[in-house]
Amino acid sequence: MELDPVILSRIQFGFVVSFHAVFPVFTIGLASYVALLHGLFYKTGNAAWERLAAFWVKVFAVVFAMGVVSGIVMAFQFGTNWSNFSYATSNFIGPMLSYEVVTAFFLEAGFLGVLLFGRGKVPEGVHLFAALMVSLGTFISSFWILSSNSWMQTPAGVDFIDGHFFVNDWSAAIFNASFPYRFTHMAIASFLTGGFVVAGVSAWYLLIGRDVEANKRALSMCMWLLLVLAPAQAVVGDMHGINTLEHQPTKVAAMEGNWETQSGAPLLLFAWPDKEAQMNHFEIAIPKLASLILTHDPDGVVPGLKEVEPDMQPPVWFVFWSFRVMVAVGLVMIAVAFIGLFLRRDGKLYRSRPFLQTLRLMSIAPFFAVLAGWFVTEAGRSPWLVYEMMTQQEAVTPSLTGWMVLATLIGYFLVYLVVFVTGSYYLTRVIRGGMQPELPQDDVETAMRPLSAAHESLDDDASRTVRS
Amino acid sequence: MELINLTMIWALIIGFGIMMYILMDGFDLGVGILYPFAPDEHARDVMMNSVAPVWDGNETWLVLGGAGLLAAFPAVYSILLPALYLGVFLMLAGLIFRGIAFEFRFKSTRNRHWWNVAFSGGSYVATFCQGVVVGAYIQGFATEGHVYVGGAFDWLTPFTVITGLALVAGYALLGATWTILKSEGEVQAWAYRITPKLLIAVLVGFGVISLYTPFVDEYVRERWFNHIGMFWVFPVLALCCAAFIWRAVSKRLEGQPFVATLGLFLFTYLGLIFSKWPYLVPPDITIWDAASDPGAQLFLLIGVLFVIPIVLGYTAWSYWVFRGKVQDGGYH
Repeated sequence: MELDPVILSRIQFGFVVSFHAVFPVFTIGLASYVALLHGLFYKTGNAAWERLAAFWVKVFAVVFAMGVVSGIVMAFQFGTNWSNFSYATSNFIGPMLSYEVVTAFFLEAGFLGVLLFGRGKVPEGVHLFAALMVSLGTFISSFWILSSNSWMQTPAGVDFIDGHFFVNDWSAAIFNASFPYRFTHMAIASFLTGGFVVAGVSAWYLLIGRDVEANKRALSMCMWLLLVLAPAQAVVGDMHGINTLEHQPTKVAAMEGNWETQSGAPLLLFAWPDKEAQMNHFEIAIPKLASLILTHDPDGVVPGLKEVEPDMQPPVWFVFWSFRVMVAVGLVMIAVAFIGLFLRRDGKLYRSRPFLQTLRLMSIAPFFAVLAGWFVTEAGRSPWLVYEMMTQQEAVTPSLTGWMVLATLIGYFLVYLVVFVTGSYYLTRVIRGGMQPELPQDDVETAMRPLSAAHESLDDDASRTVRS
Repeated sequence: MELINLTMIWALIIGFGIMMYILMDGFDLGVGILYPFAPDEHARDVMMNSVAPVWDGNETWLVLGGAGLLAAFPAVYSILLPALYLGVFLMLAGLIFRGIAFEFRFKSTRNRHWWNVAFSGGSYVATFCQGVVVGAYIQGFATEGHVYVGGAFDWLTPFTVITGLALVAGYALLGATWTILKSEGEVQAWAYRITPKLLIAVLVGFGVISLYTPFVDEYVRERWFNHIGMFWVFPVLALCCAAFIWRAVSKRLEGQPFVATLGLFLFTYLGLIFSKWPYLVPPDITIWDAASDPGAQLFLLIGVLFVIPIVLGYTAWSYWVFRGKVQDGGYH
């Protein structure tokens, strides 16, 4: 079998970026939550907020460290596998990615150490300020990354001369057409991820009856947040979809499994899109609903996949099903948020074991939604890497052979397996360790790195710091 | 602003970043290289403790260098990374394993020996790959325009294996003199004993490379032997540093061996740069060919000039906080 370096490079990039993305999505949400807890403590002086903050900042530290480790690989992927893309877009993508690094360094150098290790050593106001700056920094970091990605979806502000992009208008390039929608969609996704993880962990503590009062507060806060954000995400997602319809109609056609340009397009609940036959099998459809959602008119015209040649269409079934997974998880989130509101009457929210168990399970749901959403937007742009300007085929490193990519794909898989298994295992130990009943007044001087903020042991018999 | 100034500023920034990386990550990689030879587990604790607070700060220079290259000299980024494809993977895998070993070795007792293996193995692989990159750079790269056209293993030749091994010895020397600085008692005595042996290995390695390089590369031969000039100051200074290390170790001085080793690396690095200047991707691409659009260079320069002083300040502060000897069990 001939190994295709383009397909394998796409799989490799998809793998490393998916693996990386779950960490920042979580830390962005969690950083804001920690800042909020510090703010509440600063305002009320209630020690429960401080204990919650001290616990969640440990989780933040572990996840942040895993994000950094997996992020180092990302900085080299563009050059190793997509060197023609890197060279062609370097005038824009280069400074953008570098600014992300600059932001991250500034954040780490300036404020992360104070947030992680400053308790008791700096005034609480300074501590709160550091928490706010870390949370702001995570957003600024994502700003650069999402702007770069959005530019690849809806390029603007550049001249394309001899296969090389030259920026003629920085603000048009940075604030390109899809950026505001993508940024808002991802910001809410980060809050939802943080919210569902905190809610799930708090629910678990309530189930085993540990730290009941503090965790009730945490859970209640999260449920109010999710009640607002889960439906808001549906609205923002709809706006994002309409923006995509305007700029990347083929992607939307793949999301809808819609082959022919038609008015009154149906919404497909189930189908098996077949790109070779250019049609769907086993359709279950609701008439006119896709037109209604996309054009806000039941008889609106929705463009079909056949507007472009089959080799210019994305992998339809993959985009189609990823989209359905994302929407389904999103709908479940909305349902859970409303059930939570319903259970608030006479305090069942904190007592209903089935609901608390559901929340436990739901703590991993946002990650699936986020990844599925990225699959939609990234695979849906295919075969373009820079939309309608540069294809994946043109962008790949010319000297790559299939076996080279296969070797590193297997290699990255094995490396990440070790990192992910160890990291996740350690994270569960930190969570099992739980909150400290009373915060120690003075920590021993220790290294100022993210993972040094967590003291739990990695294996069982090293019980020195493990709390039973 | 004129193109020439911006590109020169960026060459200085990237050159400075790479130097910072070599000097700083060099000694903590060197500690990992010395790990299998450490007298006992206590010595390993001391050695890891001595670099634990600062190693990740040291590696930030690698990321800054990588991203900065893409922005300021994209041709370097988009030729070197494909040319070194498999080596880059091995280096990253090595850095990741030793990175997580830093975090988990102290949190583990039953499996500590596995984290020792990850820490040391990762250090060897990463260092060897970096040395190979230096060798491949001296050899030059097969390019057409701004595209790498060579094979998957062009970077692996007898010459690059020598440069790889020489860098392993070099980082080990940095690690040993760092350990002299940060430890006391038996650990320090051990570090004193191995330093002269490592110094000999480094001098042999660097010497072989210096003699071999003019044969690999005509440009370098031309530069060193047909235009005898200022460049010769660098190898002379490097040899002075080597002599100084020898003397400082036999007098059992604590700080000077490390500082002199930094000097040895610095002058070797400057000598290498001036061998190739102004070529950034030998043999064909100069820093002017490799530069990105002035607009892009200027746009990023603003942020980098803002953040570099902060990173330097933070770095200095971390080293100040963790100055002095590592105490027993001084981690948590």
